[in-house]
This record gives sequence, C-alpha cells and structure tokens, in this order.
Amino acid sequence: MTDTLINDKNLIDGRTGKWEVVLGLEVHAQVTSKSKLFSGAATDFGAEPNTQVSLVDAGFPGMLPVINEVCVEQAVKTGLGLKAQINLVSVFDRKNYFYADLPNGYQISQFLQPIVGKGTIVLDLAEGEHREVGITRLHLEQDAGKSLHDQHPSKTYVDLNRAGVALMEIVSEPDMRSSEEAAAYLKKLRSILRYLGTCDGNMDEGSMRCDVNVSVRKVGDPLGTRCEIKNVNSIRYVAAAIEHEARRQIEVIEEGGSIRQETRLWDPGKGMTRAMRSKEQAHDYRYFPDPDLLPLKLDAAWVESLKAGLPELPDAKRARFVKDLGLSDYDAGVLVSEKESADFYELAAKGHDPKLTANWLTSELFGRLNAVGKSITESPVSAKALGELVGLIEDNTISGRIAKDVFTEMFETGKSAAAIVDEKGLRQVLDTGAIDVEIDKIMAANADKVAEYRGGKDKLFGFFVGQVMRAMGGKANPAMLNDRLKAKLAG
Amino acid sequence: MNDLTHLTIADALDGLAARKFSARELTDAHIQKMGAAKGLNAYITETPDLARAKADASDKRRASGGAIGALDGIPLGIKDLFCTEGVLTTAGSHILDGFKPTYESTVTSKLFDAGAVMLGKLNLDEFAMGSSNKTSYYGNVINPWKRKGDNTDLVPGGSSGGSSAAVAARIAMGATGTDTGGSIRQPAALTGTVGIKPTYGRCSRWGIVAFASSLDQAGPIARSVEDCAIMLGVMAGHDPKDSTSVEMAVPDFRKGLTGDIRGLRVGIPREYRVDGMSQEISDLWAKGAEWLKAQGAIIKEISLPHTKYALPTYYIIAPAEASSNLARYDGVRFGLRVPGNSLDEMYELTRAAGFGKEVKRRILIGTYVLSAGYYDAYYLQAQKIRALILKDFTNAFQDVDVILTPSTPSAAFGFHENEDDPVQMYLQDVFTVTVNLAGLPGISVPAGLDSKGLPLGLQMIGRAFDEETLLRSAQALERAANFTALPAGV
Repeated sequence: MTDTLINDKNLIDGRTGKWEVVLGLEVHAQVTSKSKLFSGAATDFGAEPNTQVSLVDAGFPGMLPVINEVCVEQAVKTGLGLKAQINLVSVFDRKNYFYADLPNGYQISQFLQPIVGKGTIVLDLAEGEHREVGITRLHLEQDAGKSLHDQHPSKTYVDLNRAGVALMEIVSEPDMRSSEEAAAYLKKLRSILRYLGTCDGNMDEGSMRCDVNVSVRKVGDPLGTRCEIKNVNSIRYVAAAIEHEARRQIEVIEEGGSIRQETRLWDPGKGMTRAMRSKEQAHDYRYFPDPDLLPLKLDAAWVESLKAGLPELPDAKRARFVKDLGLSDYDAGVLVSEKESADFYELAAKGHDPKLTANWLTSELFGRLNAVGKSITESPVSAKALGELVGLIEDNTISGRIAKDVFTEMFETGKSAAAIVDEKGLRQVLDTGAIDVEIDKIMAANADKVAEYRGGKDKLFGFFVGQVMRAMGGKANPAMLNDRLKAKLAG
Repeated sequence: MNDLTHLTIADALDGLAARKFSARELTDAHIQKMGAAKGLNAYITETPDLARAKADASDKRRASGGAIGALDGIPLGIKDLFCTEGVLTTAGSHILDGFKPTYESTVTSKLFDAGAVMLGKLNLDEFAMGSSNKTSYYGNVINPWKRKGDNTDLVPGGSSGGSSAAVAARIAMGATGTDTGGSIRQPAALTGTVGIKPTYGRCSRWGIVAFASSLDQAGPIARSVEDCAIMLGVMAGHDPKDSTSVEMAVPDFRKGLTGDIRGLRVGIPREYRVDGMSQEISDLWAKGAEWLKAQGAIIKEISLPHTKYALPTYYIIAPAEASSNLARYDGVRFGLRVPGNSLDEMYELTRAAGFGKEVKRRILIGTYVLSAGYYDAYYLQAQKIRALILKDFTNAFQDVDVILTPSTPSAAFGFHENEDDPVQMYLQDVFTVTVNLAGLPGISVPAGLDSKGLPLGLQMIGRAFDEETLLRSAQALERAANFTALPAGV
C-alpha cells in the first residue's frame, strides 16, 4: 500500500541516500456544543476562570456523568462526514492518571470501542492533485482543565472551565509523506468540521489541537520507530515541526544511532522538538470500562437520518461547481476550501454568470481582503452586493474596467454598485451617435496620427481607443467603441 | 410514652396519624436515647437541632392538614456515605475532613421530601470497605448485642455498621445503608435487623460517595420487612442524574405484602453449603426452608455452580473500581490536604495521611489488577466470571421464584477476631457478594439466636426488579421466625 505513496519530490536527501518521512496525525477537535460531554456546564471560550464548572466537572464525591446527546450527534455527523463506519455500540473507558487539572483522577475516553471506525479524507494538494488518507478512528473524550503556572511564584492555579468539555480525537493512518500533505490534511479536516458545524476549528483558541507521529525510513524499508510530537498548535508549526523532526531522526540514524519511541514537545520559540522527561510519559493509564456509564447504543435509523441531513461537503461541492457551473477545478477548490467562501460565492452567483462571479471573487475580493487582513466573513462587500456588481457588467450598465473602480469604492465605502454608478454617472455609453461625436473630435485633433494609421501603422489603434475612452470618462462600451473607431479610421 | 423508640415505622406512622404522639415527641425520644447510647459510637455526626426543626415542621403539616409524606415525622439515621447538604459528610475517612456538601443525594432528598427526619450521620467502614466497622477513621461501632454471660464488645457488621447498630439499639427507627458486597445484609444479620439491597439500578447512586460503582446500591435497614418496604418505596426510583438507574415504575412494596406464599418456589443452592459451616447455621437454614414450606412454598434444591469464584471475583472488581473512584481524593479541591513541596508530594502526603490501611490495601489491589500486563489475567477474567455468575442465577430463576441462603457464615464476632488475616474477614461476604455481582435484590431477615444468644440471619435472593416477591417471601420468613429478642439494655 505504501509504495503508491512514494513521490520523489517528497524524499529527503541524507548523507547516505534518500529518506522517506512517514506521518500520522492525531487531532483533538472540540465538539461544538453548548454544554460539556457529561455535565450541563457551559463551554464558552474565554470565560472567567472556574465560572463554568459543575460539581461533576470538579469531581465532587457522589457525582455521576450523564452523556450529552448533542455531543454524540456531533461525533456521528463528523464520522459520516469522514465517510467512516459508525459503531452502533461504543464504550466509555476511564483513563487513569493523577494531575491537578484532572479532578476525577481519570479522563473519560473511549479506548477499545470508539464511536467511529475507519474512514477517509481527500487531500487537496498543489497543482490540482488529490489524494486519499485513511482515518483510523474517531472517539469522544473529556478535555482536562488548565494548570496556570505563571500566576504565583510557588503555586499553580487550576482553571476547570475546560474540564469535561467534549473532544473528538480523530486519528489518521500513517498515510502522509510530507509536511505539505500534513498541512493539507489539517486544512481539509478543519474545512469538513466547519462545514458540518461540529467543531469551529480555531487552533489559536485551542479548539483544534494536533499531535504528529513522525518516523523516517529508507525507501522500501519497513516502518521506522516513531516519535510523537505534542503541542503543535498551528498548521504552520505542524509543517515546521515535521521538517525539523524528520531531519533530526535522519541525522541520528545516519550517525549510527537509533530512534527511541518517545513523546517530544514542539518548542515554537526555538523551532525544535525536545524529548519529554521520561517521568512525563511513563504512564500506565489502567483503562477500564467506566462503570458509571452504560455502553453507548445508537439507533441505526437515527444514524441514517443524520446522514440524510448532512450538508454538502467540500468535495461534493467542488465537483458540482466544476460539473454544473463550469468552474475550473482550481477555482472550485479555492472557493470550497472554506465553507464561508463557498457560501459567499453561491449567494453572489445566484442569478449571475458563475464563472464571471468566481473571477470577481477569487481575483478581486480575495486579493483585497488579503491586503487588509480580513476574512470573507468580515468583507465590507457583501455577497449580494458583489452579485449586483456582476449584474451591472452582465447587462452592460458598466464595463468591466469601470466595474473595477466601482468595486474599489464599494470596498472602501460599503456603498452598493448601483448607487456608486448613479452618483458618479458611470453608466456606460451605448449610444453610437455619442461615441461617433467623440471619435470625430479625437480624429480631428490628431489628423497626423490618423494619416500614420492609414499609412499602415496599425498599432496606433490603441492610442485612439485610449484617447476616446479618456474623453468619455471610460464610459464608452468597449466593443462599440472598437467597432465605430475601426469603421471611422478606415475612412 | 417513654418507649416510642421501640415502635416499628409502620406503627409509628399509625400513631402519628392518630395523634397519639407528635413527631417532635418521637424525635425527642430518639435524641434522648442517642445521648445514652453514645458508647456505641453509631453516629459520627448528630444533628438534633435539625431533627427537632424537621419534626416540628412535620407536626405543622399534620396540624394544618397539609400533604403528608410516606415517612412524615419518622426519625432516621443516614449512613455517612450519603452526601447531605450542609452537614458534614465523611465516608468514615480522614480524607474528607471538613467536607460539607452543597448538595443532597437523590436518595436522602427523596426521604426528606417524604417527611423523614434525619437524626444524624451514621458511622461506617471507611469508604464502605469492611465487614466489621473497624476501618472507620471515627472509631469502631459497638454492636448492642453481647454474648450471653460475656461482656466482650462485638462488631455490628459492616460496612453499614452504624446503621445496623443504631436500628438495633433503637436510636433510629430505620437507617439508610449501602451494599456493595453485603454491607447492608451482613450488618443486619449481625444485629437482628432487616436489611434489603434492592436490584442494581433501583435506587439512584447520585450523591452517594462511590466505592465500586457497578456494585454499589442503597437500601434500608429497619426492624421489620414492612418497614423496609415502606422505606425502599420512598428511596427507589429512576434518576436522570444516574445513567445506571433504571427507568421503571416503583411498585407499592407495602401493598405487595399479602402474606400469601402458596406455590412460591424456593431454591436452596447446593453450593452455599460451604466447608466449615457451623451446625447452627446449617440447622437454621433448614428450619427456614421448613417455615416457608409450612406456609405453602415449594422447596427445590438448585445449583449455582460458579459460586466458589464469587469472592475472588468480587475482590478484583470492587478494588479495581475503587482504585479509580478514590483517585479524586487528592487534596486539591476538598477535604484533607497535607502540603508538599511538589504536586506529587502533596498527593502522596495527603493520601498517605487521609486513607486508612484497608482502603490503601484495596487501592493497591485495584491498581495492580488494572495494570498493563495484568488486566487480562485479573480484571477481564473477573468480568467473564461475573457474567457466568449472573447466568447461574438466570438459569436458577427459570425453576424458582426466590432463593434462600444463610446471610453470614457466623454471628457477630469480637473486635480482635478475624483481625490478622484479611481473607478471613473477606469470607464474611461469601453468601452476599454473588448477589451484588449479579445485580439482584437480596434481603436479610433475623431468624433466630445462636447458642451464645446472638442473632443470626437468613438471606433471600430475588429476581432482578422483583423486590415485591422478595419482600413478600421475607415477610413470611419473618412471621415464622417471630424474632422478638432484644439486645440487653435496650
């Protein structure tokens, strides 16, 4: 299976030959839900410490967990979105370890029988390449609280707001072979989660976190020993951590050493990984089924109904944009990569030329937004407003060139295209008589150039177009202007 | 007037209804007696002021013709494993020092909503781990019963030893208990009281300090089967806060006590005739069968072939769950904290000081059996045997309606007996643990006195969620046994 994944451009040159890097990702995605996995406490980000904590979350004596059905639904939806097997029976286990921000002394997780089994995800790579990566499993578990070590010289403070929040741990097969692929995996996974509305995917708020399993091997060799890198919390860092870790491992092996299976921490400041103290990783978690919870049983018909109600996901949407709307695979890919862009596009293109709308969105609006560091949801030009602008081009009210000026003003003022066109009198001149008058004036004022043109200097045509356009404030219909000018110059 | 404490709950309810005495008088009689019985050490915390206030409120309800609960004005003791709002809750452990819950357990809420009056929190083995009440941080409870002509202090059984001693000594009309391996039935047997462990899932575990979650069940200890039926009817019921509590209507247990056991098929399990069983116990068991037969029951010998594995299975599963359940007592959020120079040191010092020897032993056993490399050999194997034990009962209940066994292998013993060898102590549970492993209801009824004048109990086991038949059968046994003996001085 792995041989088909070998791509020369991904291989790393070492002193002793070419190396292949093998990657698997474990993503912790916070389930979008109002309350926690086993308690009614709220899950809002950024609340005052210890204000969203129930007695269950704080592990008080006699407290018992009760499963939040919304979280189960979200996990099943995610599994369906990953085209994965939904396990109608799954079991919650206790993962036992002591830490101050783990109030019960165990985390409720799913070990042997997760709620979701094998699935797939399609990566969108450079140059329009697509590749499938296997999903091993998805399981539900509780998040821990947060230990704050920097609030007091000798004490640690504990914030339990996050304790008990529902996470989906999504584990990939070791199917990726480069940092680009790992980044593409995270982007695609995040996109799918956002389409489904099951996780907001905000890595900077910690609602999506990533551990990376890295190993290296000579092409054709069996899998090497892997290291797990924790704490890589942006897509950029994932790529950087992989690059660094792969080279570190190659160096160790080429110098005659061997890789120890261990957990390493990514240090973004130093740009390198370091081994955790062995004590930090010598856990025997003593998993066993949580006796406070019965096995989770799902109704097949309920799962089917969730499946029927799933939104259109990026792959399907891209295919539809290409097939039904005639977009290029590249443009379609750009538009669907974020749900918000795709939604924006579909709204803007409603009743308008889909390709023309796509061009305005990808080349004009995205560029402007990028320049000012805004996201599509913060765009000063709404989808409807962009659609109206495209409409004015389509019905010849303004030319494409004028439209760019109108767009600039729309972006800066938030005014509608029609208002700007009216205000500034930018309506395109479609009256051949009016165009003829201006052509005549320009030809009269440039008799020498007319003579040169007629003498064979064809290139001067552009000069005349420019002069007439300028005289008309850019409002002449370009096609008409061309026709009339050609006729008049021909004499 | 002075012997209101000897009434059963059923009679007291009648007396209250007939205005023969007030709830306040009933409560005061108990409080007075509690003062005289302090030597038993049955209560960890007494709440006389609270009790009087509740009793007065009950009297007011009756006077004003307001709605009357099923236990209105009845003074009860609450095992100190139940979290009680604003009242110190210790689980018999040093590690819960100063812990006053801000919440009320579901079972005690139901009791108090029915008008019951709490006299205080009853002593118990630490975290309900024990069969003698010797493991309590608050000192052992003393059984009000003594051997004839012998003043040796005897154990009240455990872990609900405060509950059994209090009910026997008439310093509570009834008490809550919890039963993980026999902790209601064994102390009931050792004190001449009735104790029922209902079917797993019948009572909510919410707000009860957990020992072994898959085995723990709350139940009452009282002085008659009828009183147990009244209390259980109030304590039982589905609770959405406990995922293992079962959504099933609670029958009127008291109404089910028809006294008619004609045609009832009673199983006598061959395997419960264990090595070294005393002749006295053996004779009492046979007598129990005769009593039931005389009332129209059909006696059948049955086989529960996996019985001999029950005790070792229990002593793997219960400690495994306990080792995890007790991890939360870490000094971080409540209870005892012994400061240390690091987080780990604080854990170590806190848990070393906070837990007693037996609790530590079980945490160690539980941690061991769940460890990598041992899980399959111990915990997983135990779960398989547990399934076989349940299957034994399921098969047996094809042929019989209830099962009759002894409650315990011996009568109450002295504090220094069974002390050196923990396994000897664990043997106290030999007849009771199977019932917990199978999740079935079991009841102990006082059936007679041994040659030294100490009470002995017989146990009956019922089908899952058929407490009605179980209580009806137990009442038939109770009637025939006609156990009227009292501990000296009570």
